[in-house]
Amino acid sequence: MTALSALLLRDTRLAVRVGGGALMGVLFFLIVVTLVPFAVGPDLVQLRRIGPAILWLGALLASLLTLDRLLAADHEDGSLDLILMGGTPLELAVLAKAVAHWLTTCLPLVIATPLLGLLLNLEPLAVAAVALTLLAGTPALTCIGLIGAALSVALRRGGLLLPVLVLPLTVPVLIFGVAASNAAVAGPMSFGAPFLILCALSLGSLVLGPFAAAAALRHGLE
Amino acid sequence: MALIDLANPTRFLGLTARALPWLAAATALAFALGLYLVWFAAPDDYQQGATVKIMFIHVPNAWLAMGVWTVMSIASIGTLVWRHPLADVAAKSAAPLGAAFTFLALVTGSLWGRPMWGTYWVWDARLTSVLVLFLMYLGVIALWRTVDDPSRAGRAAAILTLVGAVNLPIIKFSVDWWNTLHQPASVLRAGGPAIHPAILMPLLVMAIAFLLLFVTLHLAAMRNEILRRRVRSMWLMQAHAAQSA
Amino acid sequence: MIDLGPHAAFIIAAYLMAAIVVLGLIAWVIADHDAQRRLLADLEARGVTRRSKSETA
Repeated sequence: MTALSALLLRDTRLAVRVGGGALMGVLFFLIVVTLVPFAVGPDLVQLRRIGPAILWLGALLASLLTLDRLLAADHEDGSLDLILMGGTPLELAVLAKAVAHWLTTCLPLVIATPLLGLLLNLEPLAVAAVALTLLAGTPALTCIGLIGAALSVALRRGGLLLPVLVLPLTVPVLIFGVAASNAAVAGPMSFGAPFLILCALSLGSLVLGPFAAAAALRHGLE
Repeated sequence: MALIDLANPTRFLGLTARALPWLAAATALAFALGLYLVWFAAPDDYQQGATVKIMFIHVPNAWLAMGVWTVMSIASIGTLVWRHPLADVAAKSAAPLGAAFTFLALVTGSLWGRPMWGTYWVWDARLTSVLVLFLMYLGVIALWRTVDDPSRAGRAAAILTLVGAVNLPIIKFSVDWWNTLHQPASVLRAGGPAIHPAILMPLLVMAIAFLLLFVTLHLAAMRNEILRRRVRSMWLMQAHAAQSA
Repeated sequence: MIDLGPHAAFIIAAYLMAAIVVLGLIAWVIADHDAQRRLLADLEARGVTRRSKSETA
């Protein structure tokens, strides 16, 4: 087994344990989606209209939650230093951790989307569109979040620094994710254009994220 | 004077001490000229009336908001690639100034919007992009303040600044796109007035005035930061001496 | 004073805001400079130098 797949497996196993972030993310997603009708009212017509937006916001926040533990836990117990000293390129190592995060946190969110779509009175086409855009867009969220996690890894009192750094950078992903979801259901605009841009954002951040995160780790832990 | 000379903080301080009075004077002159042109020479816009005068503050500050992030990005490259000694001093000093100019662009934009569109805030493409930029400035400043060691903070902030620089065109593009998607039914002149010559001259003078203001403040702030780091190293020296005494 | 039209309050508010921010920045830079100079003078008076003293055997 190569070092990278060992890292991937380790992170995945850690995340699905009780203390890990995997199911907690889905639970948070559910809670956020439940809170929104309390705030905007139970009108099903209105909920159907803003449903994709609520789901996207919930997924965004839920995937952000588990990010700071992504690197901080390893830093605390010293495994981050081992990864840094190891033979594999740091960029690939953090990418492996990002993939593990996506598999254990974001993929469950995508799977939970149909159930939550039911709560928001979304039609099947809308649910499928949101799920597909989340599938395409969450890699971007993970990789952008990876940068913030790497920047704040060595801070003892990070607090809300990570979301503050990461959220403005996720604005384009949110815009195109919701736009694509809405376009699939209504509107004259095609689903394809914003969806392709969303995919492009994910592919771009798959490159930028690990490079920036690795640079941040190297500089930050010197 | 070669750029490498500027790398020496002491020489930099000497240069700054000589240059600052001139820069300050030039700034004051530029503002005097600009304000005179704005208040006594610029005509009213036939559509907006006198409120076009707000534009003479709003537009230069919006330009500076972007420009200062560019300065920070160049400084960040200096930190990460060449380890230029003054690069992270330059980046750290520029951030609060950039945030202030962005804030001013937002506030004047809002005050301009109220008579024009009837509300204090509209989610039009430009104002929204500037708002996101403001949040990014605050994020960088937060990062500077959260990391204790100045040089480590400098490297982290440099990475964040460069990531932000890459993202800014993307954010601008996506906000533009989003805004055309949600264009309200009534046609808003969200772009602002077309620039004609009688308005262009005061605008350029005010832009130069604000630019000179930034350069002056930036050099002064860099000087303060160098002094601050000297104080810090002297404190550390003193603590070390006391410890080993 | 020249006629500022019906929205005079907004124009004045904008320029006032700009003046506050600009003057605030200038004041901050000057005050910070004075504070650092004072700290440096205080430390130098106490005999602290930036170069570490040579080790005595």
